[in-house]
Amino acid sequence: MPVFLKEFFKRNGTGMGSLMLALVLFWTIGLIILPQLSMLDFSFRPNLPPPEIGGPKDVYTLENYKYLIYGPEGGSQDYNAVDLKVFFRTLVAAVCVTIFNLILCYPIAYYLAQTKGNHIRIFALMLIIPYWINEILRAFALRIIFGETGVLNNALVGLGIFDTPFDFIRNDIALYAGLGYAYILLMIFPIYNVIESLDRNQIEAARDMGASWVKIHQRVVIPYAKPGISSGCTMVFMLSAGALAAPQILGGPSSLWFTQLIYQQFNDNSDWPQGAAYAVVLLVTCILLVLAVMRLFKVNMGDIGK
Amino acid sequence: MSAGVGVDLENLWIRFGDFVAVRDANVHIKGGDFFSFLGPSGCGKTTILRAVSGFLDPSEGRVLIGGNDMKGIGPNKRPTALIFQNLALFPLMKVWENITFSMEIKGASARERRKRADELLDMIALPGQGDKLPSELSGGQRQRVAIARALCAEPDVLLLDEPLSALDLKLRQHMRTELREIQQRVGITFIYITHDQGEALTMSDSIAVMKAGVIDQIADGKTIYNDPSTAFAASFVGENNVFRGRIKQIMGNEALIETNRSGTLLARISTANQGRMKAGDEAMMFIRPEALALAGEGAAGSNIVSARVNHEEFEGNVFNIFMEGDGGKELKVSIPNVGQSFDDHTGQNITLQYATENAVVVPAGELAAE
Repeated sequence: MPVFLKEFFKRNGTGMGSLMLALVLFWTIGLIILPQLSMLDFSFRPNLPPPEIGGPKDVYTLENYKYLIYGPEGGSQDYNAVDLKVFFRTLVAAVCVTIFNLILCYPIAYYLAQTKGNHIRIFALMLIIPYWINEILRAFALRIIFGETGVLNNALVGLGIFDTPFDFIRNDIALYAGLGYAYILLMIFPIYNVIESLDRNQIEAARDMGASWVKIHQRVVIPYAKPGISSGCTMVFMLSAGALAAPQILGGPSSLWFTQLIYQQFNDNSDWPQGAAYAVVLLVTCILLVLAVMRLFKVNMGDIGK
Repeated sequence: MSAGVGVDLENLWIRFGDFVAVRDANVHIKGGDFFSFLGPSGCGKTTILRAVSGFLDPSEGRVLIGGNDMKGIGPNKRPTALIFQNLALFPLMKVWENITFSMEIKGASARERRKRADELLDMIALPGQGDKLPSELSGGQRQRVAIARALCAEPDVLLLDEPLSALDLKLRQHMRTELREIQQRVGITFIYITHDQGEALTMSDSIAVMKAGVIDQIADGKTIYNDPSTAFAASFVGENNVFRGRIKQIMGNEALIETNRSGTLLARISTANQGRMKAGDEAMMFIRPEALALAGEGAAGSNIVSARVNHEEFEGNVFNIFMEGDGGKELKVSIPNVGQSFDDHTGQNITLQYATENAVVVPAGELAAE
């Protein structure tokens, strides 16, 4: 038995220790790993009617993955342009949402972490309370704000800034705003957590030595906050790329999100193997992208847990 | 490096809401001096330092560096460098990057910075340690890196906020000598904040004793120790025995004090208070433990104190005798151990004598907390 396990049992007792361990294993293996493996298995099988499952036609195949790249067999195009376009657009959009959120949340997190006083608690509460409201309701609220006859358009037209209402939804502005807003807390709090532990004297020391604010952030604060930044960015990116409600409600008619394609395969086409293959491709690509970016910015996996 | 830039505080007030942190401070710090602000925690000394470094704006009055009013000039534009109590080294930068951070701001090339870092590392006796991280150094080494980092900015005035307080006693004593040496080598003005009178006395050219936002006395260490101008300065700096009473008679620079417990005693009026005290004034007389000596049988006069001995201790270089004193405080006498035989006096009444010039009278005032 490894040392850390022995320690764990010593501290919690054999009974309680076993229970806690069993629950954690059930959580990770039973609720996460096994279902994902089952999805992986699905993704390599043909879509068969129930009587044929387990029959001679139920063999492993790459058909579902080929479909994403080449489209239906005998189709008019060489590549599955529609789905691939949606796939890459989803990734690019998720990256944009992440960057936008980082730019928005870093100053907020810095301000929250470095300012003392009661008003900070109120400020934080004001950020948290909207999240008591259901995600779908929040998305609809944004739809009301951004709609053609919505509050924002009425205000802009009323003020004479626009002559005619601007279609925020067709131009995906509502979608980006919705996705950005959905995950700001996941960006703010990891960064806040790290910056809060930054010694204020370091900022003053840098300032004393002549550093400008930009330089202080560049050389002192951001390097220190890097684990928090990468943790926040990873979560926002993963969740944006995998979001379904916000694109469904706020997306324009022509802008599908890749998750919507997956949803269609599962739900409308009842093609679970195809949906599973799409989901696996999205998951693996996102993980690889995150690992590559972490490598680029020299972040360790262990830092993210900080 | 421009040597000898002085610092002046003129009618400096600093308030935080209703709280007065610094009350009408007037200080002239000579260029090239090692100047200490000495006082208990919360007396406003760090506040003064922050006003000099520019992190804090005075509520009233002026801070002048080299004769120039520093109003409206930010900490990054002042010719000062601050060494923080916790040093505030950048944990993610290597030692050499820490040291040359001020050059990096000015856009110096990595090669120039490396060269300068190596020079400074030699100066602080840490050659070849530039590539380490601060966390890989010992407390004393980090201390020296912080000094090098501040000196690298070539400041006219170096400000030090209790930088030795985190070190253990031996290292602290060693760093005192080292700091003093560095100051004399670079020849710039040091302003040093401390609550440790030993540090202030050993290193400083001049000391300002502070209490609750007020500067009580500014003088060199010997004067502060031997000729304190207030009861606080007398009781805060070094050990001192207090005798409370009233002035009975003034005779030139000496005064007869009618003490509460020890009869009428003769003492010297401290220089700052000469001519400003009169008969009937409440006063305090201070005698250092080492200035009292055992008196022979039948001694009498106005330089004699007698009291009952509570207990005694042997400290190696001195015998300490603790007697019933004034106002609940014990009267302490330190007799140098020069190999003489020493009887136990516990429970007995003993008689002590002192030289008039070693007993100092100041107006009655607040004493420093133990």
